[in-house]
Amino acid sequence: MTEPSAPPRRTALDEVHRSLGATMTDFAGWEMPLRYASEREEHQAVRTRAGLFDLSHMGEFTVSGPAACDLLDYAFIGNLGSLRTGRARYTMLCDERGGILDDLIVYRTAEDRYLVVANAANAETVLAALRERATGFDAQVADDRDTYALLAVQGPAAAGILARLTDAELEGLRYYAGLPGTVAGAEALIARTGYTGEDGFELFLAPAGAPAVWQALLDAGAEDGLTPCGLSCRDTLRLEAGMPLYGHELSTALTPFDAGLGRTVKFEKPGNGGAFVGREALQEAAARAESAPPRVLVGLVAQGRRVPRAGYAVVSSDGTVLGEVTSGAPSPTLGKPIAMAYVDAEHAVPGTEGVAVDIRGSREPYDVVALPFYKRER
Amino acid sequence: MSNPQQLRYSKEHEWLSEPVDGVATIGITAHAADALGDVVFVQLPDTGDTVSAGDTCGELESTKSVSDLYSPVSGEVTEVNQDVVDDPALVNSAPFEGGWLFKVRLDPSGAPDDLLSADEYTAFAAGN
Repeated sequence: MTEPSAPPRRTALDEVHRSLGATMTDFAGWEMPLRYASEREEHQAVRTRAGLFDLSHMGEFTVSGPAACDLLDYAFIGNLGSLRTGRARYTMLCDERGGILDDLIVYRTAEDRYLVVANAANAETVLAALRERATGFDAQVADDRDTYALLAVQGPAAAGILARLTDAELEGLRYYAGLPGTVAGAEALIARTGYTGEDGFELFLAPAGAPAVWQALLDAGAEDGLTPCGLSCRDTLRLEAGMPLYGHELSTALTPFDAGLGRTVKFEKPGNGGAFVGREALQEAAARAESAPPRVLVGLVAQGRRVPRAGYAVVSSDGTVLGEVTSGAPSPTLGKPIAMAYVDAEHAVPGTEGVAVDIRGSREPYDVVALPFYKRER
Repeated sequence: MSNPQQLRYSKEHEWLSEPVDGVATIGITAHAADALGDVVFVQLPDTGDTVSAGDTCGELESTKSVSDLYSPVSGEVTEVNQDVVDDPALVNSAPFEGGWLFKVRLDPSGAPDDLLSADEYTAFAAGN
């Protein structure tokens, strides 16, 4: 954990952000760009053209060695042994009780080597858990947070822009795959991943070279309207795409089954005799989810204009509490306020009538919809 | 954006015009609009409402947050800016002009004497 009194960390692109006039914000102990100008224009740039993000606050850890695969199968809820080299997978770190400690992406960069990418706010937790759980495994856990800067190019024009600067075969690079290559002369892990609901790439590269790559991308993307984008629009983009955010939709109080993400739990793993941290609790959670459906994560779309925020109650027309908003924002794409909320199963069906959000004492009518709010055309 | 010299300012980041026939126009400053980010919803008092200096009288909702709107003066609301209700982005694009919020007929006691001049407010906002 970052001490509250510790000065915020700055990324390799800090001077670039300041020269662009970014509004900076403290995020999980890092000073990050919130927005450069209008967050709505940045959002629209990603939806219609392309946006460039500095995500260097994310936590990277390398797990390597003969038993790297066994360690990850023991430490995480997914089956990482079945992940082929060059591919990536979304998975979670759970505690013994099945509570979610973090959601993360694991890239298999070689047969015996994985790159784990954790949320900034949970990076220390993930590192500590990996090190603790590594006991008895012939595997090493390396803290690579200072090894990588992370840039993301997201949007329909992203592939065309990146293609001008790389020798990598982007056409053969599938969604949730990554391969080594150079970008504007700098060595990088080029991954086709993102958190925006658009096609796009995440580039893991040495911090020292990051400012030059950032500028090269902006130059190469100028004709396509590539726009520097801050964390504010990243949040509205992921919300429209129905993607969970740790601390909002996910927490230690919830198991993956409570979060509607039970499919990420793999009880059939070849390594370690199928043992993994949280297994027993998660089997109970799976059975519980069958017999007594938990609250369901749904989408809410406002009929009015007032914006729901995390923590606001979802209520029926007579004021009975039906659930709670976990994330809410004005949706630039829909032109209306939207929210994700956990709602009692009987009120979670899309089209359920009489659902409202208590917005500072006023009951505002909302439509229950299936997630995501936005899906790109392929 | 510099703060117009002819206006007075509150520490809640509202501006107040020089009253004409006892009626002053009220808005939020460019500094406040920048801090909020894109304003997406504005709730203003109704025409005819009585507002009190320092009390909340509406809301400004942006992408990231909601903020209370305070009246810098006491009096009766004589007009609200329907343009800004229909297009809240005016608060960001023209906070001192087309993005004004409402007009108040000041109580006989007039404006509070703790309002700031443009230079005082500029210094105050820089320290925030």
